[in-house]
Amino acid sequence: MMQEGLDDGPDFLSEEDRGPRAVNVDLQTDATLQVDISDALSERDKVKFTVHTKSTLPNFKQNEFSVVRQHEEFIWLHDSFVENEEYAGFIIPPAPPRPDFDASREKLQKLGEGEGSMTKEEFTKMKQELEAEYLAIFKKTVAMHEVFLCRVAAHPVLRKDLNFHVFLEYNQDLSVRGKNKKEKLEDFFKNVVKSADGVIVAGVKDVDDFFEHEKTFLLEYHNRVKDASAKSDRMIRSHKSAADDINRIASTLYTLGTQDSTDMCKFFLKVSELFEKTRKIEARVAADEDLKLADLLKYYLRESQAAKDLLYRRGRALVDYENANKALDKARAKNKDVLQAETTQQVCCQKFEKISESAKQELIDFKTRRVAAFRKNLVELAELELKHAKGNLQLLQSCLAVLKGDT
Amino acid sequence: MTAWEPPDRPRSRLAYCCPEKMAEDREPPPLADAVQTDFREVEEGEDLFVSTVSTAEQLSPTSPEPASFPAEDISTNSNGPKQEILLDDDQEDLFAEATEEVSLDSPEREPILSDGPSPAITPVTPTVIITPRVDALFDRSLDEDEEAEENGDTFDMQITVSDPEKVGDGMNAYMAYKVTTKTSLSLFSRNEFSVKRRFSDFLGLHSKLASKYMHIGYIVPPAPEKSIVGMTKVKVGKEDLSSAEFVEKRRSALERYLMRTVNHPALVKDPDVIQFLENTELPRAVSTQALSGAGILRMVNKAADAVNKMTIKMNESDAWFEEKQQQFENLDIQLRKLHASVESLVCHRKELSVNTASFAKSAAMLGNSEDHTALSRALSQLAEVEEKIDQLHHEQAYADFYLFSELLGDYVRLITAVKGVFDQRMKTWSKWQDAQVMLQRKREAEAKLQYANKPDKLQQAKDEIKEWEAKVQQGERDFEQISKNIRREVERFEKQRVKDFKVVIIKYLESLVHTQQQLIKYWEAFLPEAKAIA
Repeated sequence: MMQEGLDDGPDFLSEEDRGPRAVNVDLQTDATLQVDISDALSERDKVKFTVHTKSTLPNFKQNEFSVVRQHEEFIWLHDSFVENEEYAGFIIPPAPPRPDFDASREKLQKLGEGEGSMTKEEFTKMKQELEAEYLAIFKKTVAMHEVFLCRVAAHPVLRKDLNFHVFLEYNQDLSVRGKNKKEKLEDFFKNVVKSADGVIVAGVKDVDDFFEHEKTFLLEYHNRVKDASAKSDRMIRSHKSAADDINRIASTLYTLGTQDSTDMCKFFLKVSELFEKTRKIEARVAADEDLKLADLLKYYLRESQAAKDLLYRRGRALVDYENANKALDKARAKNKDVLQAETTQQVCCQKFEKISESAKQELIDFKTRRVAAFRKNLVELAELELKHAKGNLQLLQSCLAVLKGDT
Repeated sequence: MTAWEPPDRPRSRLAYCCPEKMAEDREPPPLADAVQTDFREVEEGEDLFVSTVSTAEQLSPTSPEPASFPAEDISTNSNGPKQEILLDDDQEDLFAEATEEVSLDSPEREPILSDGPSPAITPVTPTVIITPRVDALFDRSLDEDEEAEENGDTFDMQITVSDPEKVGDGMNAYMAYKVTTKTSLSLFSRNEFSVKRRFSDFLGLHSKLASKYMHIGYIVPPAPEKSIVGMTKVKVGKEDLSSAEFVEKRRSALERYLMRTVNHPALVKDPDVIQFLENTELPRAVSTQALSGAGILRMVNKAADAVNKMTIKMNESDAWFEEKQQQFENLDIQLRKLHASVESLVCHRKELSVNTASFAKSAAMLGNSEDHTALSRALSQLAEVEEKIDQLHHEQAYADFYLFSELLGDYVRLITAVKGVFDQRMKTWSKWQDAQVMLQRKREAEAKLQYANKPDKLQQAKDEIKEWEAKVQQGERDFEQISKNIRREVERFEKQRVKDFKVVIIKYLESLVHTQQQLIKYWEAFLPEAKAIA
């Protein structure tokens, strides 16, 4: 069965500790299978991840090996899980989002174009800012891909999946191309059908209280997480903008300080220095909020969707089972194709029961994971906010002491 | 909002003044009439009116006269006749003393007071009492530093602008502000008194002061800017947050404007200022409107001014002026830049406050739907923290604005006034040069007449030469005087600037400190809640 203390969700590394690659100390399957992304390379329009595996399992040829994978290959793996009927009763770990450097690249380009219109210092400063931003996005995307792999590795059944092993071991290109237009269109229609079906399936009242509750809960929860995620993003964006303003203010104060003929110049320079420092802290606050809060919410948005998908599959199986029952009754009544109906009914029954059994455990684990992840991140968020506020306060107070002493 | 008095009618306000003058008063061009009551504050940027006022005289037909500073104030729709203004000796003496340092020997100088029948208005105490202080302030023998210190020590005046009240309805409505003065200065008849004033009164005051003092080199603090949008909202009766904010912003600006004005040693003694602060009723300054005759004249003058400025090439003999002008130019650029950045910060902080509040609500909803009790509670706590933080951001945005942004805005406008006096000096120089040219011509004309044997014309020529010699002398004196005044003014200004900035920046940093302290409090309260999630 599922272990306790499983992977508790994304362990998004703060900028400091990109050191040891083992993401989760909670992983009780430590020795048998450890997966991480040891390196990543950002090229023009793609990112190349180096997936590093350490395992004592007999399935692999070596105990330790690495391969290079791209985003599409992660998606292929995820989709193979989703399409696998055997895994219908599991919450499939959500696929990592596509690496998106577009916004950052655009900003860097704009900066390059506007180089002539600003001073050299301003330009270098802004360039550093944008490069740091690029790096942060890069780190995030690496973390998200890694978490996906770790979730798979931690799952007692999924970790044995053949495709997963191929993904980890096969050191050549998997030749997984991105979906072409036709396939994308097919996907689109599949989704439409699925949603429509989902509505029908959801309408069927479940006998089992546990699942009925879960259905209602997940629906509401998913929507609210979506909302909270969007709002937290907006809040953090405003925070970043404010930090940018303080940056500009610091620059202008510096210029004023160098130009002024009165003894204001020392004053201006000191305040400029202060704002430079507080600005950095403000930017860190925004970044940490992003990591600990926004990313957490985004992740659970995806996981709650995966859980909803599980419920849908179970619901679908239930409907099929009930239909099979009805068909069997009809067949018995007409005394026609009874055997066939019986077999169908049995298959449906088995399928439904199998899904139900594992689904229940999966949902319980989901809750455990969720609570642990929120706890961890909220605690870390509060600790970081405190750390930064105290840092800010100290800077402000010491600067004030100097300024007041001067006047 | 109770109507404080019936809708504005200049007639009733001026009733106590010379009735016969009212006819003149009511003669603004038809254009102005039509729009007069409708658009109280439709005007453009405030600057339009600051610098044109003083030039009005110079371009007026009466300018080539012995008094190089014609006191007529064409721009204000003054009651008084455009020429001699009848004042009793009191005022005259006051001014003689106030302008002592300007020019002792210009007996033909016309009193600068613009409103005609003012004897009734300004209860100026006998100049005897004032004299010692005035001497102390303006005695040229005193070191300038000392003088400034005397100012600081003896200055005791506090002005507050409060209780904005909407008077009237619709587009004729206006805001009336209570102006309270607390002072121990003997310039005033009481120690504490208040009056009601409207925005155009402030503009009128500034307009008068500018016309009197800018051309002798005094830096007259500019009045707050007009705002069509802001005022229209208020008039229309929109009682929302933005109107309230607008009124508060204006109230604060008016207060700062008055404090800056009375901080100026010469301006505080100006009868117009005293009248403004003390008199219950004030003649309405209608000429501050853009589309009045005076307003249009101002615009024309300003355009002419700009052209003149380009053509005057001054031989700067004094490096100090060149250096200072450059410094102010640089300061102007940087302050504007800084102001823009701070305004952007205010905007983003307000946005942050709104977004944080929105997130708080969302987090609360999430907490509600979370079925794990401890986590649910923690999420609700998070929502509460974020709500408090959004309040904090909101307050900080206010501090950003009222402390930092407004100071910068004020100084951007003040520097425009400073640049204005430098321009005045240029004009004064130019006038002096022109007089010299004229003198030369007259001399040449006289020389020619020597041989033409026209004795009466010759005499006239000789008279004219004398006239222009005097003008040249006056021009030179004026130029030296304005240069001297500017030096002193700039020094005073710089001292004030340093003081202002230091005080405000320290206050601003203190507000930032407060915000951080609150943040620490909130997160410290939340941390145990988060840890308590089991």
